[in-house]
Amino acid sequence: MKRSLPARGVETLLGWGGSLTGVLLFVALWEWGSLAYGSFLLPGPRDALAALARLWQEGEAAAAVWATTWRAMLGFAAAALVGTALGILAGLSRTLGRALEPMSTVLLGIPPIAWIVLAILWFGSGSLATVYTVMATTLPVSFAGAQMGALTLDRRLREMADVFRVPPLMRLVDIHLPHIVSYVFPALVTALGVAWKVAVMAELFATEDGIGAGLAIARVNLDTAAAMAWIVLVVALLLAAEHGLLRPLQRRMEPWRQAGRGGH
Amino acid sequence: MLSLEGIGHVFGMERVIDRVSLRVAPGESVCLVGPSGCGKTTLLRIAAGLVEPTEGRVNDGFRRSAMVFQEGRLLPWRRLLDNIALGLKAMGVPRRERLVRARALAAELGLADRHDHFPHELSGGMQQRVALARALAVEADCLLLDEPFSALDVGMRSEAQALLLDLLARRGIAALMVTHDLTEALRLGHRVVVLSPAPGRIVHEERVTRPFAERDTAFLFEAAGALLRHPAVAESFLFQSREVTA
Repeated sequence: MKRSLPARGVETLLGWGGSLTGVLLFVALWEWGSLAYGSFLLPGPRDALAALARLWQEGEAAAAVWATTWRAMLGFAAAALVGTALGILAGLSRTLGRALEPMSTVLLGIPPIAWIVLAILWFGSGSLATVYTVMATTLPVSFAGAQMGALTLDRRLREMADVFRVPPLMRLVDIHLPHIVSYVFPALVTALGVAWKVAVMAELFATEDGIGAGLAIARVNLDTAAAMAWIVLVVALLLAAEHGLLRPLQRRMEPWRQAGRGGH
Repeated sequence: MLSLEGIGHVFGMERVIDRVSLRVAPGESVCLVGPSGCGKTTLLRIAAGLVEPTEGRVNDGFRRSAMVFQEGRLLPWRRLLDNIALGLKAMGVPRRERLVRARALAAELGLADRHDHFPHELSGGMQQRVALARALAVEADCLLLDEPFSALDVGMRSEAQALLLDLLARRGIAALMVTHDLTEALRLGHRVVVLSPAPGRIVHEERVTRPFAERDTAFLFEAAGALLRHPAVAESFLFQSREVTA
């Protein structure tokens, strides 16, 4: 459908207005809760922002963000690579699929907190335990996405490829991969969210730095405002990674999914 | 020349095709008609080499045969020109050259202003023209068409049929086309071959001598009526006592 430019502008503004209303409503509730329960139990948004500003000025926040980011990203990247590769193979070969599926189910069933305990026992406290936990919890997610993609390859397109004698490599790149990617991407977006949360949780137990460690210190100091500040930071990071990195990447890689230009 | 000799085919326990022999000469257009489930699509896939027949032999003497499917089967993630050029890419034609050829075909089939569109942005008729262009791009001298226009509405179908006739005649391409529509077969074929309900056998063959240009609606209905007066044809089309499976 084609609409005039001003109409679309107004619509975008209304969309933003809607989101903004939601955010403001949330902040208002937060403020109200803080007034009702007192600033010790629930510090208001202003206290949290002040704490965040303090952490930032002391350089603590930037260091923590960096530490958590690289751990989460390393674990996520490893899980994405291994999970996607295994998922594709499991989707293409029934035998391998049957063999790997129960394993994936078991992995999915193990709570992240259990992984942390195991990882600390195996690797000792430190970054490796965090990275490993992130990888172990996000691997089944990317595996399932890739497997579903490979399982649903269109038999009719394969037949078409036979008719036009499409060679194996081109068949993979032009016919199979675009389809699989369309399944893998949403799975990766989910996995990314999980990765960040699990990284923070693992850091709480396993490391001396990072956002999770910051939360642990806030707990020891009974500094609720600082805890809130860390939470705000994690959410901001997650949103930035999803909308700044993954979604634009998806739009670039899958232009064919976007709304039509009205082709009739 | 494409020849099918004594083709029989069995799916599991069920026989779908029974001793069919058929020839398509260069430049000739043969239409296979029959009720749903008579194995005509299977026969076409056997002719294309996609299915190994249980009995009989296929000899494809054409330089290159290409298939046009009922539902286009375009790649949803490729733009129009890349879809047309798919077969050329498979043959290893360099990108620049295959785009030049795809562009020329797009122009010939009336798709010139849609080069960068994705399939979902095109109408059903246009998608089918892209599929046709894709088959022509590999310079096929024999087209195997599986109910290519059955998903189009009446006006579009007539237009697409005219376009196909024009392309076949201009390039001297042979065609083996499957349809369940007698009038379509009578409009597009030099020969019309009627199959029985499953297991499919050839029950009648009709040579249509009137030139394509003179096959107007009145002629088509009259010829279809005449064809249906043959008992074997009538049995295939009119009296279907058995359950029909698509």
